[in-house]
Amino acid sequence: MAELSPRLLLPMQRRATLPRWPLRVGHALAAPAALLMVVLLIGPLAVVLGLSLTDYQLGADGLAFIGLDNYQAMWADRVFWKSLTNTALYSMAVVPGSVGLGLAAALLIHGLARGQATYRAIFFLPVMATLIAMALVWEFMLHPNFGLVNLGLRGLGLQTHNWLNEEGLALWVLAVIGIWQGFGFNMVLFSAGLLGIPRQLYEAAAIDGVPAGWTRFRLVTWPMLAPVTLFVVVVSSIKSFQVFDTVQVLTKGGPNKATEVLVYTLYAEGFEFFRSGYASAVTVIFLAIVLLITLVKTRWLDRRVHYT
Amino acid sequence: MKPMRAWTLSLAPQLARHLALVALALFTLLPFAWMLSTASKPETEVYSDVLHWLPAKFALLDNLRTAFAKAPILRLLLNGLIVTASIYVLQLLVALPAAYALAKLDFRGRETLMALVLLGLLVPQHAVAVPVFLLLHTLGLLDSYAALIAPWTLSVFGVFLLRQFFKTVPNDLIDAARIDGLSELGIVWRVMLPTAWPAVTAFGIFSVVAHWNDYFWPLIVINSPELLTPPLGVAQFRNQEAGTNYGALMAAALVVITPLVAAFLLAQRRFIEGITLTGMK
Repeated sequence: MAELSPRLLLPMQRRATLPRWPLRVGHALAAPAALLMVVLLIGPLAVVLGLSLTDYQLGADGLAFIGLDNYQAMWADRVFWKSLTNTALYSMAVVPGSVGLGLAAALLIHGLARGQATYRAIFFLPVMATLIAMALVWEFMLHPNFGLVNLGLRGLGLQTHNWLNEEGLALWVLAVIGIWQGFGFNMVLFSAGLLGIPRQLYEAAAIDGVPAGWTRFRLVTWPMLAPVTLFVVVVSSIKSFQVFDTVQVLTKGGPNKATEVLVYTLYAEGFEFFRSGYASAVTVIFLAIVLLITLVKTRWLDRRVHYT
Repeated sequence: MKPMRAWTLSLAPQLARHLALVALALFTLLPFAWMLSTASKPETEVYSDVLHWLPAKFALLDNLRTAFAKAPILRLLLNGLIVTASIYVLQLLVALPAAYALAKLDFRGRETLMALVLLGLLVPQHAVAVPVFLLLHTLGLLDSYAALIAPWTLSVFGVFLLRQFFKTVPNDLIDAARIDGLSELGIVWRVMLPTAWPAVTAFGIFSVVAHWNDYFWPLIVINSPELLTPPLGVAQFRNQEAGTNYGALMAAALVVITPLVAAFLLAQRRFIEGITLTGMK
């Protein structure tokens, strides 16, 4: 106690004498971020809402308030509904696919005596590699005449396909690419979750006579992983609703709108046809869906997460 | 004898795991292998209707030469570097002081700002694309480095992550620095930044990977060939060749993914940590 230097006592005195100065300093330090927040986020969100009620087109002299006409046009537009359905279908394939494979990979790696890091690095590689570059690789793999997939199928005497140009196939091919690209990311999250499960739980289960394997997974691992699973499902859903790169580069929404998805519609309307008002309305719906996924899934899964 | 028995007993399940994982690894690596194989084949072999992995004549260098001659690959890489580095530096310059203020200082509007940061975490980039594009158009900034960089200077995720980290820094450390005569800004750079190093590198990896690989935004704002970013450039190369020279295209794709993949293989753990943060965005 005798060693308490005046240095250590000083802060209290300073706090007493200068209680207000961090107030203004706080504003100064947060100001750039706050300003950019208004210019790049809050402002734009307000503008999107506003523009969606106008007929604005980039380059037009003026704009007129048209109420909900854009939304009515969207409601009546076959392409918009196709786009919405496709995005949902894509998501319903990619989310279970990438979450399932991610969990399987994490579980398989978790019990491994050696080689853990190598497998992890391999599965994570597609997450790192520029998706556009890899999409072009997939395009050539799926080339109808000279691609790996068809050459392989032909070698086995099986039926070949024009994978990206058949209406019934293209979306599912894109989904496979999405799963290929995304499951390694989910694997890492699940791996972290598995490491967080206390070893004692497994020991206790063993003592209680819970057999190893499926039963132990169902009774211990799965409930303990529930929060991670919720997180992974939400993140994967949101990501799959934003699918764009592969669509833009491989199919342009075709054939015959079979791979038209929400962000591609938004892109085409806003930045190819420059119908800013209509694109804003599409954006509002897109954003509403993304926020809804977060909300509903969190609520719904939250209720099932409690295991105590 | 007993350990031996245990060893043979555990061998079978281990082997089964490896079998399943190898199958999954083959699926994962297939496109990379096909890319390398195609990039190494001369044109006659690329357009062969017999499946073969190893080229009879090794043509990787020829294909690389063609790619560098027909696409401005060095320019793409340089642009990628300029854009990702500028974005990261500016994001830090904005986020560090704000994160410090949100974590350690008292000011009116702090709760509001924090709420906006959390709201921002939920908003995908596509949601603000139309108005930000119109803003750049109005300012005459489309088709410039500014258009590629400026919209990303605020990373709400960066602010959030650093703020969480700064929360754990003891107040005594900050008070001591104040007594030593450091200004609040000085505290941010000389005290908070060094302690937050793990968060700063993780965020850096996250930011650089996200913007190096981003396609949506550059596609919207860039027209000039000298401003193309790596993904945009390789897509453009594909369009101009219209599927006639896959050997060179695969070589170009290889070059574009190499910087990040190489960095990843050198520092796997850090990269996995950094990228996994994207999940929180």
